Amino acid sequence: MNVVVCVKQIPDPAAPQSLDAAYNLNRSGKLILDEADTYGVEMALQLVERAGGGEVTVVSMGSAADVSGLRNALAMGASKAIVVSDDALRGTDALGTAKVLAAAIAPVAPDLVLAATESSDGYTGTVPVQLAELLDMPSITFAKSVAVEGSNVTVQRQTEAGYDEVSAPLPAVVTVTAGVVEPRYASFKGIMAAKSKPLEVLSVADLGLAAQVGPAGARQAITSVVAAEARQAGAKYVDDGEGAAKIVAFLESIKVL
Amino acid sequence: MTTSNIWVVVEPVNGSLSATSLELLSQARTLAGSVSAITWGGAAHAAQAGEYGASTLYDVGDLAGALPGASVARAIAGLVAAGIPDAILIPASYDGRDIAARLSALVDRPVLTNVSGLADEDGLVTEHQVFGGTQVVRARFTGEGPGLVVVRAKSFIAEPSGGPAASVVAAPVGETGRTATARVTASHVEERVGPKLEEAPVVVSGGRGLGEAGQYALVEEAARLLNGAAGASRAIVDAGWVAYSHQVGQTGKTVKPTVYIACGISGATQHMVGMKGSKNIVAINKDPDAPIFQIADLGIVGDVRTVLPSLIEALKARAS
Repeated sequence: MNVVVCVKQIPDPAAPQSLDAAYNLNRSGKLILDEADTYGVEMALQLVERAGGGEVTVVSMGSAADVSGLRNALAMGASKAIVVSDDALRGTDALGTAKVLAAAIAPVAPDLVLAATESSDGYTGTVPVQLAELLDMPSITFAKSVAVEGSNVTVQRQTEAGYDEVSAPLPAVVTVTAGVVEPRYASFKGIMAAKSKPLEVLSVADLGLAAQVGPAGARQAITSVVAAEARQAGAKYVDDGEGAAKIVAFLESIKVL
Repeated sequence: MTTSNIWVVVEPVNGSLSATSLELLSQARTLAGSVSAITWGGAAHAAQAGEYGASTLYDVGDLAGALPGASVARAIAGLVAAGIPDAILIPASYDGRDIAARLSALVDRPVLTNVSGLADEDGLVTEHQVFGGTQVVRARFTGEGPGLVVVRAKSFIAEPSGGPAASVVAAPVGETGRTATARVTASHVEERVGPKLEEAPVVVSGGRGLGEAGQYALVEEAARLLNGAAGASRAIVDAGWVAYSHQVGQTGKTVKPTVYIACGISGATQHMVGMKGSKNIVAINKDPDAPIFQIADLGIVGDVRTVLPSLIEALKARAS
């Protein structure tokens, strides 16, 4: 079974984030593999192991100048990486991203495409299902468990009330939540092996998508960024045994008690 | 160009339209003269859709167990081919996001998600909270309509307009090919006691500061004593301490209770977006520099594992 995992290298969420003059997220610092994507990589590796053969390919859009995050996925056990990297992609929106990923993934002809429910930097959360539509595949989002039996994928999908059992024929797109599996750490052997694994870099021209990417393809624009209405911090006490009493008094003052 | 015609995707949940659906209908009414609603499996919702301002309810019909995304998106694409609205508003729910994404690719139109505000300023302007809700990005569509707008829960107040039942028009799905082949084979409801997290006037939430999974029982106990609901940070949901349905934040639920009590939660960006609209915020955290204190009306710098048991004792003493 061949599985594609969509991954993204993002600025470290623990570091301060900012927008540049064109309102794009500042990505000039060190990039890391989005932690949300490590669950998909792990899930893919386990599914391929269970199927008794096949390959995991990670596919990404973003700068090829720093690919340590993709190497990390290869070190975990993925067989190869494809990254679509092009200055023309700066400012591409979710649909444009899905078009790029679809064009890069289609030749791989995977049985299953996995992705996180959303990236940890942009949070748009629509790319995987846009991708499914462009690839003419069914999609199941918000999986908390994934199993493949024969030519079907079965998923426990989160709902407002609990979860649904959902099944779809392969090939399909499934988005996984954090916690679907415990991602493995790359072994030393894996890290060494990753250095010689294939990492293919594609341009927008390679995919024939020029007019549909970048700010022009996005057909949306940020008009301004303003400070949110600030909440005033109230009293802060160091607990000296009276912390609980202070909370009770506060709850009384707002008539909750 | 001003906004004159808005469609709203309204989601059926347990025999009613979802709260977010009603919020979006209410807001659409203030922005446009003509509001239509789109739902599935539900001509029965015509009265409620009309009550909140929709003049027409397009019904996609019974989906026979298919996940709604692909089918509902195709039906909407069919409607768009016959008459283009200025915008289509969609609730930021599991199925709402699927519908928005499918529709975006089908009609080749951009989608703006995580929207928490909407205004008409010579065309629709969307507002998005970024960087933990410290900044607001304002955006607009620049190409041909309809723009697709996915709106977070509780961004607007649901208010009935007292309108008559919407007239129901069938919206056929058409050919779905392979896209609509994902089917629900069983549904599991996780039992919860007490009020729903999104509706509770009091929410007590726990985070990493609890130290271990077993300590979450303290959060549940405090919530119960306050007739509230128990919430959680993403960190402890990911760690498997508590079910996802408890998660408050960007990827979880948005809550706006009378009071939100954050127990051992530092205040990561991802969490703050889901709770900073609470009327009052109480935070207990042992790190005096935790970001959560910047938005707390009352901050207790201390170990939640000692403060919370004391609070529970005090609440029990009051109750007896």
